[in-house]
Amino acid sequence: MKPTEGLLKTRLTADTIFKIFAAAVASSILLILGAMVFELYNQSKLSIDAFGLPFLWGTVWDPAISQVFGALPLIYGTIVTSLLALLFGVPLSLGTAIVVSELSPQRLRTPVSFIVELLAAIPSVIFGLWAIFTLAPFLRDNVYPILQAGLGVLPIFQGSIYGLGVLTGGVILAIMIIPTVSAVSRDVLAAVPDSQREAALALGATKWEATMTVMSYGRSGIIGSIILGLGRAVGETMAITMVIGNRFDIFTSLFEPGYTMAAIIANEFTEATTDLYLSAIIEVGLILFVVAMAINVLARLIVWRSLRMVRGAVLE
Amino acid sequence: MNTSHSRLRKAKENILLGLCVVALIMTMVPLFSILLSILANGGSAIDLAFLTELPKAVGETGGGIANAIQGTMILVALASLIGVPVGLISGIYLSEYKSNRLAWVIRFFSDVLTEFPSIVIGIFAYTVIVLYIRSFSALAGAVALAVIMIPIVTRTTEEAVRLVPNDLREAGIALGLPRWKTIVRIVVPAGRSGIVTGVMLSVARATGETAPLLLTAFNSFYGFSGLLKPIASMPMYIFIFSISPFPDWRAKAWGAALILMLMILALSIVVRYATRGRYTTRI
Repeated sequence: MKPTEGLLKTRLTADTIFKIFAAAVASSILLILGAMVFELYNQSKLSIDAFGLPFLWGTVWDPAISQVFGALPLIYGTIVTSLLALLFGVPLSLGTAIVVSELSPQRLRTPVSFIVELLAAIPSVIFGLWAIFTLAPFLRDNVYPILQAGLGVLPIFQGSIYGLGVLTGGVILAIMIIPTVSAVSRDVLAAVPDSQREAALALGATKWEATMTVMSYGRSGIIGSIILGLGRAVGETMAITMVIGNRFDIFTSLFEPGYTMAAIIANEFTEATTDLYLSAIIEVGLILFVVAMAINVLARLIVWRSLRMVRGAVLE
Repeated sequence: MNTSHSRLRKAKENILLGLCVVALIMTMVPLFSILLSILANGGSAIDLAFLTELPKAVGETGGGIANAIQGTMILVALASLIGVPVGLISGIYLSEYKSNRLAWVIRFFSDVLTEFPSIVIGIFAYTVIVLYIRSFSALAGAVALAVIMIPIVTRTTEEAVRLVPNDLREAGIALGLPRWKTIVRIVVPAGRSGIVTGVMLSVARATGETAPLLLTAFNSFYGFSGLLKPIASMPMYIFIFSISPFPDWRAKAWGAALILMLMILALSIVVRYATRGRYTTRI
């Protein structure tokens, strides 16, 4: 009796140790995030103390003489390029998701989604390379002149066309968010129970109307996928740095060069000559951290809840 | 009158569904354009010297990417050494002790971290390593890449281990094995193929990451010269050479892009082959 008890006890202890060990290792993810917040705040302290909140709406970035820094043009550039990315990327992603999940024959689904998701496997720097030498010249010669001729009355389409600039940045970001948005919304659509489609079709709906029923059933998940795409666009660095032109300015025309938060970090971090300059760049990183965190947390919560709700409904 | 209405609906259906197919095609155009551009521009840049030589100084023609290939392999191997064990154990924890609150929080934030801007992770590695050793280094680059790999390995391991049928766990416990031994000796080996897939996915992702390396490993025109020294890598090579004004350097950037793409495609295709027939969420 006694030896068995002893054995049982060691066994329980070993199990407890294993569990605690695994929990400790798994917690490293939280530790990393925590350390990230701490380090970013700590290193941008110099800039936070020097400029305070007005850093967010300051429009001067002068590392050479006055050492004054403000982030508004960066925030503005990030918002504009990300919105452009959603404007171009979301319709294409949703169309793709609809084809894959609702229209294509079963045996084509896997290959088609494989091809679309191959886009996600391409490194950002290769998107940038392609954008500089293939996409930008193409848009400059074939698309932008037509856009300017047709819509040139709008201030956003005026001025000279360089090829590299805000609009091209928006286009490359759009291409880069497609795999994220289309894969997640495809999963959401695929999780909608067939009874929804069948009910719509049985009521005499056309295939399109049935698809709309399915879309509205999964709409919160689709919104989540779009926000995930927004998160990707906001944080994207290499490709945007290579095409946006990197000019610190509040632009009006989308053909002009601009700058984003991620791009200035990539571009000027290693050239920062003074502590305050480096600190200002890290503060931009802190803002990016907060924004990306908020976007991703929101998107994840929405996608998780929606997938659980939709799948829960299947079980009922 | 009813027929004209239904004809209208039918027309609307055809137009809108047609637009969806157009969207799919437009999505594929950039992919094929990228792959074709890389093949067309990169193919001619590649020869034996390109693969085996070091880069030449600014302005000189010739030279190759030997150090970048070596650097990427070292960085990714080091990053895997740090990131894979952490990810594996975290994934096992999430799958086998899934019901508690800590597991929920970790799962949630590891999903968040997966989509996190990699440049911010680069700043983090800079502040904790580069600032202390006062130099860009292979070590800092590897740590940044490891942070990127951890959540990917964690979540794919969790999914893979979770798919292992409960019968196996019960069988292990019934044979008198303690729980931890059941997990380590039975459950994890049973989920092996899924775990390997996840690891390779994370390796593919780390291979192509550029932004964090810019702030950590930086770049070098020479081969590996120590863990605490800057190191070259394929993505950094492509970045620096593509924004240079020299036509020869740009051609070399394309050549390097072709090699990098081949490395990553090989990994992706192996992953797809290993997981064929499964139609599941991409992380």
